[in-house]
Formats: sequence, structure tokens, C-alpha cells
Amino acid sequence: MSIEAPERPVQEHFPTPDEYAGLLSKRTRRAWVVQMFLLLMLTIAVLGLSILLFTIIDDSFGNVATVNQVEPEEGVVLAGLDPATTSFGDLGKDELVTALQAGINRNVGRRLEREQRFYEDRLVFEPQASWDELCASDDPAPGCTSSARDAGNVSLLVQEQVIEPDIIAVSGMVESLLNPAAFEEEVARDFAVNPEKYPDYTFDQVRFQWRAWFSWSFITSPASATPEIAGIRTAVLGSIWLVAVTVLFAVPVGVGAAVYLEEFAKPTRLNDLIQTNINNLAGVPSIIYGMLGLAVLVRALEPITSGSLFGTGAPNGRTVLAAGLTLGLLTLPVVIISSQEALRAVPGSLRQAGMGLGATKWQTVRSQVLPVAIPGILTGTILAVARAIGETAPLILVGAASFITQSPSGPFSQFTALPIQIFQWTSLPQPEWQHLAAAASLTLLLLLLILNGAAVILRNKYSRRIT
Amino acid sequence: MQPAGARSAGHTRERRELTRPMALKLGAVDNMKEQLKKRRRPGERVIIGSLFFAGAISIAVTVGILWELGKESLLFFTDEVVSVGQFFTSTVWQPQAENFGIWPLILGTMLITVIALFVAVPIGLASAIYLSEYASPRVRGFFKPLLEVLVGIPTVVFGFFAITFVTPILRDIFGTSVVGFFNVLSAGIVVGLLIVPLISSLAEDAMSAVPSSLRQAAYGLGASKLEVSLRVVVPAALSGIAAGIVIGMSRAVGETMVVTLAAGASPRNFNLGSDSVFGYILSPFEAAQTMTGYIAITASGDISYDTIDYNSIFAIGLTLFVITLGLNSLSRRIVKRFRQEYD
Repeated sequence: MSIEAPERPVQEHFPTPDEYAGLLSKRTRRAWVVQMFLLLMLTIAVLGLSILLFTIIDDSFGNVATVNQVEPEEGVVLAGLDPATTSFGDLGKDELVTALQAGINRNVGRRLEREQRFYEDRLVFEPQASWDELCASDDPAPGCTSSARDAGNVSLLVQEQVIEPDIIAVSGMVESLLNPAAFEEEVARDFAVNPEKYPDYTFDQVRFQWRAWFSWSFITSPASATPEIAGIRTAVLGSIWLVAVTVLFAVPVGVGAAVYLEEFAKPTRLNDLIQTNINNLAGVPSIIYGMLGLAVLVRALEPITSGSLFGTGAPNGRTVLAAGLTLGLLTLPVVIISSQEALRAVPGSLRQAGMGLGATKWQTVRSQVLPVAIPGILTGTILAVARAIGETAPLILVGAASFITQSPSGPFSQFTALPIQIFQWTSLPQPEWQHLAAAASLTLLLLLLILNGAAVILRNKYSRRIT
Repeated sequence: MQPAGARSAGHTRERRELTRPMALKLGAVDNMKEQLKKRRRPGERVIIGSLFFAGAISIAVTVGILWELGKESLLFFTDEVVSVGQFFTSTVWQPQAENFGIWPLILGTMLITVIALFVAVPIGLASAIYLSEYASPRVRGFFKPLLEVLVGIPTVVFGFFAITFVTPILRDIFGTSVVGFFNVLSAGIVVGLLIVPLISSLAEDAMSAVPSSLRQAAYGLGASKLEVSLRVVVPAALSGIAAGIVIGMSRAVGETMVVTLAAGASPRNFNLGSDSVFGYILSPFEAAQTMTGYIAITASGDISYDTIDYNSIFAIGLTLFVITLGLNSLSRRIVKRFRQEYD
């Protein structure tokens, strides 16, 4: 940068004290205005963050207007009990099965039983003879082999098939807390103005109640096509499987590459190329990794990723293994770069001391350098994994199935993941799904918060400087 | 800390071997040389070999990306339906009617990137200047982690935010007849918010790398804090700031989830002669599909291999890859070329 001296202005008139004071105050005022502008911009950024978090929490809870086909009290009557003394939540498995038998027709019941049976030792809907025939046939139903449904599962079935709750309107948390009457008026007005929207109900049937979309049962229920009972268990388990595969691949490979580049690589052309290449890879959009995963892992390596080479597995390569490896490849550059930084922070004197005692280079690295660098490596790795959990685009490419109710059981099962679930729900038009998406987002953010918190704690605990 | 390998048997033997030559007669020099020779360690060679292999995997990833994108794109262009010329000149993208002109998708990407930069550059730069030059350590300690939180939020959550908050607000402000449910503006604003922390942290790094002697010299000449910040520090850090903006741009181009959710899935096909440039082509209120959006939407359906649709996403992916790679190397070049070395 060359500094060119501006032409010196010829000062013919020096300001009087009054003018000087004016000039000075103008200058301070301008400085103040600009400073406020800078602060304002920073505040806007933080405001954006706050509004985002607020929107998610606001949508995760709130009042809903529900219409039940069958009221839960009637469900208790169907189970043969007195609704005055028993509430729906208290029903045990046997009573729930009775209610289900009374509430649905036989064919639906048989379908449910074929999916998964109600009792290990007896049948509820299907006659024993036809059941035996079905299970002996070439194409036995999944119910023939799977274990029996538990009470929670039957309770969900009763809710889904008998009570059939239908949420017709939803409101946010703040409105529900501050002005619950406004929501009820709004629904009532809607009933009065657009009766054609609600052909099957009258306003008297509508129940207003508080609903926590984000709740323990939301986290533990499987996915469903009915928003009232849909949960994210399948997605959470899918994400956990994915992270496991990602970590198992990216951490050993990433740390190994970092150790090689920092400790062993001589400045040859090839090693320079590897380093430049890693920096470049860190900037490649994640969706491109998804395309790599689709073309190589899902398609070309299908025998391996679908598990057919090992005699088990999925019909195609769109499995936990393929997606986890894709995320692993995506995380790899980040893991390498952060591990390199951690290794670089280890003082050279430690290495020299190790070598001076006659240790070989690898012995020095293994026993001197790595132990000191591991907290830093772990912190970087946790942050990289946190990023991988939130990645959506590559998973769409490698075909995370959109609607799966079965939890993944191993690396070769088909799966869905939390961010995919959020994406699917967000793209549906009905407002109930938006609230489910908010609750799923909240779960994801809490998960990330835990991981990031772990990284911070780790960093603080081990950040004793070695000098 | 244990000294390296102190307990291993190999080490003690080595020590004994090293002391023995002292007692040897002068004639046994050759023998001594032999003993001092580096011992072969096949185990270590294997370890170092596998470490190198781990490093080389990254090369394989790059080769894999280039190979697959190139191979499938080649299949796409050798298909008689589409030619390279048509792909890069046509302004209609209608896969159903076998019209594959990439410009509508590039237009969508450009619109969103430009809106995002309009949002992110002022906010990001101002935040960086404030944090680096004005903020007390306490204020910094408050704002900096908040910006870092913004980095950690998954993009799909930003997409949810765009649909459930930003779009309704925009439709309230400008009217539902003007602003479509899917629109470029909402996506652009949210992508902008997404890249604010990126730009601000890179710019702040560049500014804090400016030596304080420059600031002190300016203060010594009577400059105010404002003058020091805007006329000394920012120009001195300009290369880093510019590089940060280019990185942010590359990030916006490659962003997928926000644009897929908020900007819609209809490519903005246009006709340069008849469509009005500001009314339709550049309108921020209407839907548009981006390159990443097309890839995501096409792949989210059940896509069968070796169809023209399957190959087309790779041709787009290759274009996207080249653009982001170009932007990333541009930013590196800016830093290299214009960096001031202060000592």
C-alpha cells in the first residue's frame, strides 16, 4: 500500500473558539451516530437469533382445538369400566385391547394383528386356524415373528383408531398464555363464517386444551401419518445410528491424517497437495457430498452398503451405513483441520524432549504429543459431529426415507433422521405439522446444546497451558 | 508424564547396546557403525503408512467427486435430448418438456445470494467493527458467543424459520397479493442471517490482525475512534474482509435447505425480450428455484438411476462445484495478493 500524501490545504482562516466548539461537537455527534449504527447492526443479528429461537419455542407449545370422534370417557366405557372412577390414562393393556375390540371393525383389527400381534399366547381378531395357515405360507405376516405389542403401543392404537382426535386449529405459546380467549373466539368465528370447512362437527364438540408438542411422549413415539400422535423416536434413533457411523469413520481417519500431516509429512509436493486439497474440501457445499454418497456409496457400492454381501439387509443401498459414511466424508476435513490445530498447539519442546530421550518419532507422537493434544482434538471433533447431526441436504440425496415407522436396527437398515423429519414436516401445508416441526427443531437444538456444552466443559477442564 | 517407551523392553535393550561400544577396542569401528545403525521398525512403518493412507483418503474424496460429477454430466450431455450449448444458453428449465437451460436456476441462486449479501454484509461488517474496535471485553464476551450460537443452528431450522416467521411477516407488510407464499426475498433474508456470523468472524479476525501501532499512530495524529476504525483499520484489513465476503457468498450459493423450503420449486423461466427485467425477472417477491433446490427436490423423490433427471442433477452439481470452488480460490487469492505484512 503506497501512501500518497494529499495536497496540504492552505489554511487561510483558523476557526474561532465558537466555530471550533461547533466543529468539535459535530465530529463527536457523527462518531456517536456511527457507533450507534454499528451497535444497532450487531443488535439486529442477535435479534434475528432471538426471534428464531422464540419462534421455535412458541410453536412447540400452545392451545389446540380438538374434535374427537369418540371422547376418551367413552373409550373407558368401551373398555367396560366406569368413566367416573377411571380416566383413559389409567387403562391397562387388557382394558385397552377390549376398548379396541369394541371400537374398530374386525378387518382393521386383523390388519393390525398381522402387523404385530397383541399377545404372545393368544389371538384377538384372527381365528387360530387362519393365523396358522398365514404363518405357514410362503409370505408370512410380520406379526408371525415379531414380539407382542406393549401397553403404550396399544394405547396409541386406541387413540389413533377409536378416539381419532382431529386438531382443527392451533395457536402459539404466548397467545395461549396471555390471551387464551382470543383463540377460542377465533375458532368460534371461523365455525360461524365458514361452516363448510367443518362438515362433520359442530362447535360444541370442539375441545380446547393445552398441548405440549414437545414432550416426552413426542420424543418416544414413532412417526405417524396422524399429526396428533406423531413422534420422533424413529428419527432420533436414526440420527444416533448415523452419528455412530460418522464418528467411527471420521475420527480415526481424521486424526490419523492430521497426525501424518503435522508430525510426519515432509514438505513434498504430494503432502502440499493433500493439505491444499483438505482446505478446498472444507469449502465444498454439503449437497455435493450428498451426490458423491448417492453415486458411490448408495449406487456403486450397493452390495456393501445394503448388506447383501453379508447376507442381510435392505433392498437397496439407502441405509444407515451409506448415509453415515457420507456424513463422515463431509466431516472429515473439519476433523482434520481442527486436529491439526490442536497438534500445532503442542509445544515443540515436548517433542524434542521425547526425541532427546531416544524415542522414535512415532513413540514421541504416541506418548508425548497425542496425550497433550487430545482435549483439543476432542473439542474440535465434538463440534464437527454437532454439525453433522444438523446436516440435511446430503441425507436427502442419499435417500433418507421420508416415512418410516420402524426404528433402525443396525447399519444396514433404512432410516430417517431428525433434520429430515423437520424438513418433511415443514414442507407440509397443515399448521399441525409446523408445530411438530418446531418441536422436532427444539429437540435437535437441545441435542446440539448438550454436545456444544460438552465441548466447552472439555475445553475448560483441560485448557491448562503447557509452556 | 511417562517418558516415551520407558517401560518397553526394546528400549532397555537399546540402551545397553549403546553403552557397549565404549568398551570396545579401536579396531572395531565397523562393528560399532553397524550397531549404531537405525534399527528397522516394521511396526512403525505400518503405522506411518496407514497415517499417510488416512491423509490420502481426502485426495480420493476429491477424485471421487470430480469423477462422479464428470461422468454423469458427460452422460447428460451426450444424451441427444440436450446439448452443452443449450444447457448454458437457454433460459427455460422444464425437465418434463426436456428443456434444460440452466439460466433460470442460476438466476434463482444469484437473486438469493445478492439479497443475502445485502443483509449479511452491513450487519456482519458493522458487527465486526464494533466487536473489534469498540466493544469492551464484557460486551464482547456477551455478543461473541451469541453469534457463535447462530453458526451452530442447522440450516433446516433456518428454513423452518423462513417459512413460519419471515414469509408471513413479509406477506403482512407487502400484501398477500404481492408476495407469494414461496418467495426469493424470505429465503434471501434468512440465508443472509445464516452467513452473518461467518462474515463477521472472518472480518473481525482480519481487523484484530492489524497491528495496534497503526491505531496508536492515528490516535497520535488526533484521529477519533471512528476515524481510526473506518480510515485506518478497515482499509488495512480490507483483504481479509473481502475474502470473508467472498466466502460468505460461496456459502450462500451452496446453501440448500433454506432455499428449498422457502423459495419454492418452480424455476423462474424467462424470456429476455418479452419479460420485464425488474417486474418479473429480478422480482424478489416471486418463487424461484435454485441449483441446490433443484438437486434436493429431484433427489427427494424416488429417483431412478440412468434417467435424464438423475444425470441432470450431476450436471448442475458440477456447475455448482465449479462456482463454489472458484469463489473459494478467489478468496484465497485475495488474501495472498493484497495482504499487508506488518512487522
